[in-house]
Amino acid sequence: MKRYQQLFDRLNREGRGAFVPFVTIGDPTPELSFEIIKSLIDAGADALELGIAFSDPIADGPTIQGANIRALAAGTTPAISFDIIAKIRQYHATIPIGLLLYSNLVMARGLDDFYAKAASAGVDSVLIADVPLHESKPFRQSAIKHDIAPIFIVPPNVEDEDLRQIASYGRGYTYLLSRAGVTGTETAAAMPTSELIARIRSYNPAPPLLGFGISTPAHVKDAIQSGAAGAISGSAIVKLIEQYQQQPAELLLQLRQFVSMMKAAT
Amino acid sequence: MSELKLNPYFGQYGGMFVPQLLVPALKQLEQAYVDALADPAFHAEFEKLLTEYAGRPTPLTLCRNISPNPLVKIYLKREDLLHGGAHKTNQVLGQALLTQRMGKKEVIAETGAGQHGVATALACALLGLKCRIYMGAKDIERQQPNVFRMKLMGATVIPVTSGSGTLKDAVNEAMRDWSATYDSTHYMLGTAAGPHPFPTIVRDFQKMIGEEAKQQILKAEGKLPDAVIACVGGGSNAIGMFADFIAEEDVKLIGVEPGGKGIDTHQHGAALSTGSYGILHGAYTAIMQTTDGQIEESYSISAGLDYPAVGPQHTHLQQTGRAQYVAINDDEALAAFQQLAKTEGIIPALESSHALAYALKLAAQATEPTVLLVNLSGRGDKDLAHVHSVLAGGQL
Ligand SMILES: Cc1ncc(COP(=O)(O)O)c(C=O)c1O
Repeated sequence: MKRYQQLFDRLNREGRGAFVPFVTIGDPTPELSFEIIKSLIDAGADALELGIAFSDPIADGPTIQGANIRALAAGTTPAISFDIIAKIRQYHATIPIGLLLYSNLVMARGLDDFYAKAASAGVDSVLIADVPLHESKPFRQSAIKHDIAPIFIVPPNVEDEDLRQIASYGRGYTYLLSRAGVTGTETAAAMPTSELIARIRSYNPAPPLLGFGISTPAHVKDAIQSGAAGAISGSAIVKLIEQYQQQPAELLLQLRQFVSMMKAAT
Repeated sequence: MSELKLNPYFGQYGGMFVPQLLVPALKQLEQAYVDALADPAFHAEFEKLLTEYAGRPTPLTLCRNISPNPLVKIYLKREDLLHGGAHKTNQVLGQALLTQRMGKKEVIAETGAGQHGVATALACALLGLKCRIYMGAKDIERQQPNVFRMKLMGATVIPVTSGSGTLKDAVNEAMRDWSATYDSTHYMLGTAAGPHPFPTIVRDFQKMIGEEAKQQILKAEGKLPDAVIACVGGGSNAIGMFADFIAEEDVKLIGVEPGGKGIDTHQHGAALSTGSYGILHGAYTAIMQTTDGQIEESYSISAGLDYPAVGPQHTHLQQTGRAQYVAINDDEALAAFQQLAKTEGIIPALESSHALAYALKLAAQATEPTVLLVNLSGRGDKDLAHVHSVLAGGQL
């Protein structure tokens, strides 16, 4: 959990925002996925958001569904995903690593086992796409017990009472949804107004990172200008994986270029 | 945020495991439902649609010839005679009225056998709502007549090719659509499963099945049945049949799951029979999954039962021992399908044939006078081509 604090302290000193790429672990194969994640770090990612592949990703559009399918088809299990995270943690000691997944993968292992395993692999935060605030109690308690930050989502239609709770239960960062719908670049991010972010910030939650539909440096720049602490980009990155999966060298090059371009906009 | 008005859990099962974004839409639906319950005008309108449009009450038929045992009487609750061809029409009319009350003009639905899709399409045609229906590509193939029916009634049918191309994947797509469109659109879920408040609303809009059947059988027999039997896909016809009998502890409640090619083969849809629990489509309930928690693809000859989870109230009824859940495989269901046609002149849906097949099994074993009440949830017209092709060894 402390790694997020250290990251945001550093970025504040630099007067910059965070750029956080998302990929599904094991996409397109466990071996190449490890290389992909290293490239994201090398190219300047401030933190990582990593998905564990699930059979029924209801919050994801076609691009990230494809990533889940490729990872599962390549034999990626939660156990293999944790092994890859542990190797990434060895590769980089301080970068915050967030997990993004669906509740049944947590339930299947058992909450305490899951969070213990995540902590020992070097994970800093866990966001469960299908656990809303009012179902979150056992999950967030187990997270805190294992020193993992529970991440909460702030949708554009958020109510004040939810903001109050998110500020009190959330740690690490706050996932600010740019728009309704599922993940994907088909619908671009809608920039939140500075008033919305100011209202959110007035509750003093963990720093808000804007996600969903972030695919260009302009999106990153606008997000930070409206008051977000940074931006998360998933589908735009996964599309590169989809496109260049048969040419690993070219893929890693494309990813490094994309990440440095996005980071430059922070 | 405002508190929930109703309990989202049945014992430890159920809940509302959806992206945060969808919580306001589910709360809005819950509120609309609670308000409707308190409004006599809603009840009057629902009642009027059920009687004048859909054809309620449906009859109760005592089988004349099919019982294998003179000690056993088998009664059929004839949801196959309901407009639309299955019990699905009941709850859809209720949800369509809620859609209007919420001021929404569009509807999304998922469908497996196409029966819920047909019911949604007819209700939307009737009440001037625009609908789009997600249906697995594999189901579109095996339920062609229903696809055409939906289109005739003005629905847009959207094929779903992801995953197994069946009901589970159609639900995924419907939820994805809804997460972008909930402001203007109601998600008309087709069974008593999914996130709160659907299991409660769908049950309440189906419970007239059991209420009517109870009165009808009391009139015919002067007593309650020994057992009530219904097939279980997501669980709506079964919970609609069971609800009014839950307090009658002498009446056995038996849910029949699709055993497919056998529950030891992985090719089945018998979530409750596998004894594994987890979260799928918004509820903590019995599901088919790997040890890692990946959802397994279900299988059944009957598209309407081909679903790897079940509504949370059934899981609760199983856990408390109030209801018992058994599995009937494809061959047994097919045999019952043909037998009812031959002996009673009724062609049942393949789904309902599962319930009938189990009743026939029970009947064969009975050693004392027994009255069985079977929910004949739908008619088999939609299954004719598929059954024909299966019986002809794939050659139509
Ligand atoms: C005739 C019929 N019976 C039963 C079912 C199964 O659904 P449920 O378990 O919700 O009743 C279906 C679903 O399509 C159906 O068409």
